[in-house]
Amino acid sequence: MAALTREHSRQPGQPSPLARCLTLLQRTYRARTAYLFLLPGLVLFGIFVIYPMLYSLRISFYDWNVIKPARSEWVGMDNYKTLLISPVLRRAVLNTLAYTVTTVPGQMILALVVAILLDQEIRGKTLFRVAYYLPVVTSWVIATLVFEYLFNSQAGLINYMLRDVLRLVHEPVRWLADPILAMVPIHLLGIWKGVGWSAVILLAALKEIPADLQEAAAVDGAGPWHRLRDITLPLLRPTLVFLLVVLVIGALNVYIPVLLMTNGGQPLDLTHSALTLMYKETFDRLNFGGGAATSYLLTSFVFVVSIVQIRLLRQRMEY
Amino acid sequence: MFLPTERKTRYQVLMYLLLVGGLVIVAVPFLFMVSTSVKPQQYTFEYPPRLVPRSVTLNNYVQALSKDLFFLYFLNSLTVAVVTTACTVLASSLLAYAFGRLEFPGKEPLFYALLVGMMIPPVTLIIPQFLVAKSLKLLNSHAGLVVVYVTMNLSMQTFLLRGFFESIPGELEDAVRIDGGGRWKVFRHVILPLSRPGLATVAIFTFLYSWDEFPWAHVAIKETTRRTLPIAIALFQNQHLTQWGQVFAASIVGLVPVVTVFVLFQRHFIQGIARSGLKG
Repeated sequence: MAALTREHSRQPGQPSPLARCLTLLQRTYRARTAYLFLLPGLVLFGIFVIYPMLYSLRISFYDWNVIKPARSEWVGMDNYKTLLISPVLRRAVLNTLAYTVTTVPGQMILALVVAILLDQEIRGKTLFRVAYYLPVVTSWVIATLVFEYLFNSQAGLINYMLRDVLRLVHEPVRWLADPILAMVPIHLLGIWKGVGWSAVILLAALKEIPADLQEAAAVDGAGPWHRLRDITLPLLRPTLVFLLVVLVIGALNVYIPVLLMTNGGQPLDLTHSALTLMYKETFDRLNFGGGAATSYLLTSFVFVVSIVQIRLLRQRMEY
Repeated sequence: MFLPTERKTRYQVLMYLLLVGGLVIVAVPFLFMVSTSVKPQQYTFEYPPRLVPRSVTLNNYVQALSKDLFFLYFLNSLTVAVVTTACTVLASSLLAYAFGRLEFPGKEPLFYALLVGMMIPPVTLIIPQFLVAKSLKLLNSHAGLVVVYVTMNLSMQTFLLRGFFESIPGELEDAVRIDGGGRWKVFRHVILPLSRPGLATVAIFTFLYSWDEFPWAHVAIKETTRRTLPIAIALFQNQHLTQWGQVFAASIVGLVPVVTVFVLFQRHFIQGIARSGLKG
């Protein structure tokens, strides 16, 4: 390709590099208004996104000194090496993956059910839609506190239901004192808070499916289950792929509920998510290099996962 | 549903059962929050838990609101959210106009660079943003919150608005141009007025985002008097572990603006999500 272009440029009649450079300058000058429109946004974006991204890459190779950055010591890959053998990080990664594995399918399946129900001819559609969306607009902080209250071991509703109504346990469960049990309220909160968003997106996609397709299938004798499997789901596939990618990214970045419910990884740093660990390393232990390395590991992982997901699901779509 | 009548009725019953069941699960946490917030302190931990309070008091609200500079935190949140919303609408509509309707060298790469912003998990940027804000003396200030909030919203909102702007017919723009109007005039008198639903969506999204934002404010603000509501509520719960009545009274006051904005504009909102989501 490159060779081809070079061949081209040697042909007579093509403008010289200098002339092309001048044309570009001219075009740039003529478009100067456009750059004025871009200026405020791109300046902000440069200072608070692009530059920080590069800056934190640099920090991740240093034993960073926050007070006197000039005295920071270059440690090469040491921050990354320390992380990769750290049992605390391994545990945090496992916790984060567990959260992803339960909350993403949980949200998608429930959202699909809700969207299909809301797509039918029912009364009070707006009421249901608004109600199901309320958890999404509720702040994470408040939602987390409510779940903490409902799951508290002394007088929480959940323990009451489990012990006195369903009689599944004899003792009140101490959800937040145990590193495994603490995952239950956190995961349930993730699902409870997320379903509404996915449902709204799926509902919009369902509206795009032409009604005559469903009708034709019904006339041909296809029951609701068959129509769901053979018409609705295949046509929803691009939306489901989109949701999957966005939800996985979101789940890998779970932060506020873990930070607040476990008080930053308690007990014994066993309940961290990747990001709460990053927070603790950086701002509690002032290990900025290690924190930056953690965030880079997570970002790269997120990138790889989303690219693989998009690729795989695209391939399966082409048949 | 295209079914015989008898089965249709059965399906209908099942549908409503499912929908109402879901509604209960969604509602229970909210109901308990409201009910606990009006219970006298001695009943907030009673066993078995009661949804309907034995007696109703507004004492928790009085206590929570008079305590800990609550009113100031509310004002702080409001200021930050309003300024962030105004700046985001302005900056992202300017960007969206340039990317949606103008031609200039470097358009593609710049747009892709902006889209990268949608792929980066916001919390992973906190460390370097903290250091940048520190060297720009923006820590512990509302300006520091606003610039980061605006930036974190730019990619998504520009993307959303570009879709709206592109759908405006070119003839309208040409008409202003022929009369000698510049791009700025087109932007102000054609593009903005015709994109009100889009701008409303951006405004609502940004307002809710900045009202609720926790991670950055948690890192950037250490000065007590500059805290925003989410930080204040989280710390309040941490300090007064058993005062659930007051915690929830404060939470409800914090929720009211969000729920109001959402219920009033829910149509815009849901269209916006569907639109931006599907186009992503």
